[in-house]
Amino acid sequence: MARRLHRREDGHSVPLLALSAGAVLAAGALLWRSADRGLPGRPDSAPGRTSRRSRYGDYAVSGRTVTVNRPRQELYAFWRDFTNLPQFMHNVTAVESDGEQSVWTLRGPFGRNLSVRTRIVSDRPGEEIAWRSTAESEIETEGKVSFRDAPGDRGTEVEALVAYVPPAGRAGQLVAKMFQREPRIQGRREMKRFKMLMETGEVATSANRKSEDGED
Amino acid sequence: MRALTYHGKHDVRVDTVPDPEIVNPRDAVIEVTATAICGSDLHLYDGVIPGVLSGDILGHEFMGRVVETGPGSTLEKGQRVVVPFTISCGACFHCMKQQFSACDNSNPAEKQDLSEPLYGHAMSGLFGYSHLTGGYPGGQAQYVRVPYSDVGPIVIPDGLPDEEVLFLSDILPTGWMAAENCDITEGDSVAVWGCGPVGLFAVQSALLMGADRVIAIDHHPHRLDLARRLGAQVIDYRRTHVLEALMEMTGGFGPDAVIDAVGMESHGMAPDSALDAVKQQVGIGADRAHALREAIMACRKGGRISMPGVYGGFVDKFPLGALMEKGLQLRTGQTHVQRYSQDLLRRIGEGEIDTTFLISHRLSLEEAPTGYRNFHDNQDEWTKVVLTP
Repeated sequence: MARRLHRREDGHSVPLLALSAGAVLAAGALLWRSADRGLPGRPDSAPGRTSRRSRYGDYAVSGRTVTVNRPRQELYAFWRDFTNLPQFMHNVTAVESDGEQSVWTLRGPFGRNLSVRTRIVSDRPGEEIAWRSTAESEIETEGKVSFRDAPGDRGTEVEALVAYVPPAGRAGQLVAKMFQREPRIQGRREMKRFKMLMETGEVATSANRKSEDGED
Repeated sequence: MRALTYHGKHDVRVDTVPDPEIVNPRDAVIEVTATAICGSDLHLYDGVIPGVLSGDILGHEFMGRVVETGPGSTLEKGQRVVVPFTISCGACFHCMKQQFSACDNSNPAEKQDLSEPLYGHAMSGLFGYSHLTGGYPGGQAQYVRVPYSDVGPIVIPDGLPDEEVLFLSDILPTGWMAAENCDITEGDSVAVWGCGPVGLFAVQSALLMGADRVIAIDHHPHRLDLARRLGAQVIDYRRTHVLEALMEMTGGFGPDAVIDAVGMESHGMAPDSALDAVKQQVGIGADRAHALREAIMACRKGGRISMPGVYGGFVDKFPLGALMEKGLQLRTGQTHVQRYSQDLLRRIGEGEIDTTFLISHRLSLEEAPTGYRNFHDNQDEWTKVVLTP
């Protein structure tokens, strides 16, 4: 395994790509192929990403649903302004957006930054936003976030999905894990921070001073 | 500032560390005027709680004076406040339901990685405890950063001295919730395992809630004496067969409700205790649960089990058959402190509840390591240590 990893690292920037993809994942997720749920012929009602066996071919898909105690429109509007995303996606240092296309600056390993250009492929106010990397992008990725009314008075169910092609297959994901940027963990952290920010106006931290990041 | 920090099992020290400051908009910083060592701090001291790191500032029972406020704080500089040990945002589903210790938002996202595999969910942040509960710096210090200061802190009116209100931070509402979870009605008898601070406050609370009789179980004579003075009947488990005694003392019924105020480091006189003690030494996750097992066996059919005692991992030889066959209800959880704050403050103010009887020793913050050692080694005499920075 070590040899294989090593060879791939030499070949392309495996870890970098894996990491950046992980960061994008946090962003939401690809949802090409309209989703993940409710496809005809599915044996149960669970989202496909919870399947014990991967069903997405070359794509790695990761997602997370949180219920946020705020109205749908408000959550949609905050997310739709992609320049807000770095407030809860700590791997995304900045996003510049002209509304349709956005340039994401992602934190890579060893202090290197990476940028990804995405365009909006679906925009249904109050319901769904989806984006996809453009052809010239270094990373092939898609993301989607959807907003549904939660039952009772619980607010909104927000589901984010990110799909990407892991550049070096499993080896890339392994390296990403070593850097604590494993997509599932990253995605969960981002969605929890989104919920915190929307419900409380701030992102929880145990840091005792602004200069500490509180993350370990 | 000076602060009591964890350095390993049975090794706590007072170190100089950077002062806290306002980090988030709803924060306040308080200057601590009184802080206490809690029985659950002894679980940390014994190294049986996962996720405690060298250098962590301990302490979750504290009060003080507001010295700094963020723009979203509703506190004012100079106010005296008691700070609940549970950190709660006040805005999420659970806080709205007053399940404050289940707050969804106060445990930082990056601290939740271990909680989900271990518990299925992440719990709220707690001051001065494990990184599983947020790794928030604690209150055995000169200053504390208090998040969501518009939700938790209890403003104390002038005229109520620190020692009368300090325990609103944890052990008084914990004892109160333990009794509330017993659903006490007229004629009920309640048995309480453990006459530590929480057990004693549970005794006091159960009697205030109308229990016909409360039976307290421990082996420390002084602690049993405190329970007796509060109005309980007592059993010394080193002298007496607890199960037989409880049946006889309740007319053959068994107690209507039982409270495990001991938790994961239970002692006992039965073989399971010795085996548990060995397992706890060799690995994480094996809690010692003798008191809980005995409580379940003692509880009358259709009765209630209240479990304020702290557990962190797994127990075995759990009498699940007794729980099911007897139709018992089990209620537990970290205390939803903010739910009880105003009611208990009022009861203290009106003289209905006195908490000061518990305090056995008053030390300076600098003497905190001595306090830990004695509270740990000499539990009969050292019932509660209050520290002043």
